[in-house]
Amino acid sequence: MKKYRLSHLEELEAESIYVIRESFAQFQNPCILFSGGKDSIVVTHLAAKAFFPANIPFPLVHVDTGHNFPETLEYRDNLVRNLSARLLVGYVQDSINQGKVPEEKGLNASRNRAQTVTLLDTLALHQFDAALGGARRDEEKSRAKERFFSHRDEFGQWDPKNQRPELWSLFNGRKQIGEHFRVFPISNWTELDIWQYIQQENIPLPSLYFSHERACVRRGDAILAMSEHITLRETEYVENLQVRFRTIGDLTITGAIESSASTTEQIIGEVAASRQTERGNRADDQRSETSMEDRKREGYF
Amino acid sequence: MKKIMNSSSDVLRFCTAGSVDDGKSTLIGRLLYDAKGVFEDQLLSVKRVSDRRGLSQPDLSLLTDGLREEREQGITIDVAYRYFSTPKRKFIIADTPGHVQYTRNMVTGASTSNLALILVDARKGIVEQTIRHCYIASLLQIPHLIVCINKMDLVGYDQDVFEKIVSDFRDFAAKLDIQDFHLIPISALHGDNVVNRSLQMDWYQGGTLLYTLENVQVANDVNLLDTRLPVQTVVRPNTVAHHDYRGYAGRLASGVLRIKDNVTVLPSGLQSTVKSILTPKGPVEEAFAPQSITIELDDDIDISRGDMIVRVNNQPILSQDIEAMICWLGNTPSTIASKFAIQHTTKNARAILKAITYKLDINTLQRVENQQDLQANDLARVTLRITAPIFYDSYRKNRVTGSFILIDEGSNNTVAAGMII
Repeated sequence: MKKYRLSHLEELEAESIYVIRESFAQFQNPCILFSGGKDSIVVTHLAAKAFFPANIPFPLVHVDTGHNFPETLEYRDNLVRNLSARLLVGYVQDSINQGKVPEEKGLNASRNRAQTVTLLDTLALHQFDAALGGARRDEEKSRAKERFFSHRDEFGQWDPKNQRPELWSLFNGRKQIGEHFRVFPISNWTELDIWQYIQQENIPLPSLYFSHERACVRRGDAILAMSEHITLRETEYVENLQVRFRTIGDLTITGAIESSASTTEQIIGEVAASRQTERGNRADDQRSETSMEDRKREGYF
Repeated sequence: MKKIMNSSSDVLRFCTAGSVDDGKSTLIGRLLYDAKGVFEDQLLSVKRVSDRRGLSQPDLSLLTDGLREEREQGITIDVAYRYFSTPKRKFIIADTPGHVQYTRNMVTGASTSNLALILVDARKGIVEQTIRHCYIASLLQIPHLIVCINKMDLVGYDQDVFEKIVSDFRDFAAKLDIQDFHLIPISALHGDNVVNRSLQMDWYQGGTLLYTLENVQVANDVNLLDTRLPVQTVVRPNTVAHHDYRGYAGRLASGVLRIKDNVTVLPSGLQSTVKSILTPKGPVEEAFAPQSITIELDDDIDISRGDMIVRVNNQPILSQDIEAMICWLGNTPSTIASKFAIQHTTKNARAILKAITYKLDINTLQRVENQQDLQANDLARVTLRITAPIFYDSYRKNRVTGSFILIDEGSNNTVAAGMII
């Protein structure tokens, strides 16, 4: 007898496509939050499949901190062209210029927190009522309790104690005017699933994910890419290292790891053997024990 | 290189139930750690917090309790999802808290699970809580059950203690609708029979917990007989290349669909044949549940979201009146004659609560009649009248087309989970 069964990647893919189609059907004006990181790239890839042969019926939204890796922007523009997608960009610099958010000062200054203001403003400006993101439950402890359809109040805030129960595959996207939803189609994927899927589908990625030589600075346990946005402390110095990035955010906060993995297959081997979480070297998560939950409550990704 | 999942690996979703003292957190912690589902920096953070609180051992519940209030108060508020994998399988754990809002959380976790993992304290045997857990697992039609008899170290790894609990459990399981169950003697604290075989219990011939989780047959859990495709959305590219393309997108709830199959579209009852099937991998001759697909039909029929495509000679029940078991999730009570929004597959309608036949006392499994209202965590058999007919199968036959949720039209909150009888 023929076997009617799905592999773990096929089952995850089917679930994510179902969630993306539900978002399109239940909301009037959804969008994809596109960061240029591998997770939002996979979400975009899945969205293209969900509506094929039609184009993705909603735009990609990028919150530009001004502290981007140039590789990310180049990748983004190519992808948008190839998919005939629509791109909208919200600039953190605009929010700073408008006085809505102060620029952080000091050695560890970053625009991570400021992004939330720009994100919420951009969603409001274009009247998006649902924003699809690439967050995964295995990434961080407060994300372990996220729903697929995550309700946000009129201030964009998340109330983790008061979430709607989510049963079977019945997603309740009802809301009052002014409220919106965050939708997480790849909630059930792990970092390893993402990499195996990237390999299976042969999805191109920004070169940052693969091993390369780069001018870096060691700060605490982290290795940061040297750039004009980094101010060296007295004891710090720039050195050339063979590195790659496990996650991609701002230049100022994304830690690199020393690695010689230069193909997807080598990265899968590295991820499978790793004993550290991928966000372990994100400076933004290490500000306190619950810093992700605090930022999420305010409306962060 | 370490062996990892490949294209023959599949997914097992399971829920765990238990309260504070039965060692559930320790068990999950050990399972995750031994199967590499926990990372060093996570463990380090748990150790740091445990030290600060003056605990002698790392409190592994901190791995699953992520929210500020949970960590401060040492309680679990909500269903938490955890992941680990072995070369054979990817595991998704829905970890449900034991004390607050117990029923509601376990029902939520159980709704997406193929297997329930239940813990029994070897010193106490089958208790009220075990009965509750097993009843919910059977109500939600979870096909597989693993009962871990934990703390065997505290009863001297005694075979007689284990056999007595097995015998009690068999008597009780016969009364419930549980087909496939496994009982495993373990010590989560010392790791006996969790991942590695116990050296203390050579009288036990069965598999360890991880072995059992890896080998439970889940392929047969999918209903492949009754073809049901609830339409999520219609794909119309309107491009030169695909000018006349009109595809119906959805996830096959159950059954198999092939090109040239004769199908009926509900509710219109119009018939056609399948012209093409598109999966994420491209065009295919045949698709099966739970694939997400897009199909074209040979005839131009008006089809929209909420419609269902089925085979001509195998159709679901069509009715405006349904009998169901429901679990009340809402914080505010509800009474007979209340109205709600109902969501069933991809269809939305309104429903009115016509009657409460009985409520179930979850501790004694006795039916309590003449009840006028539904409170949080109540389980009840009810009658609902719906504004338009829905197409359903009984929940026993089909967990997708047999389930629904009720939504409060004022607050928009999900207030009930329903299983059609």
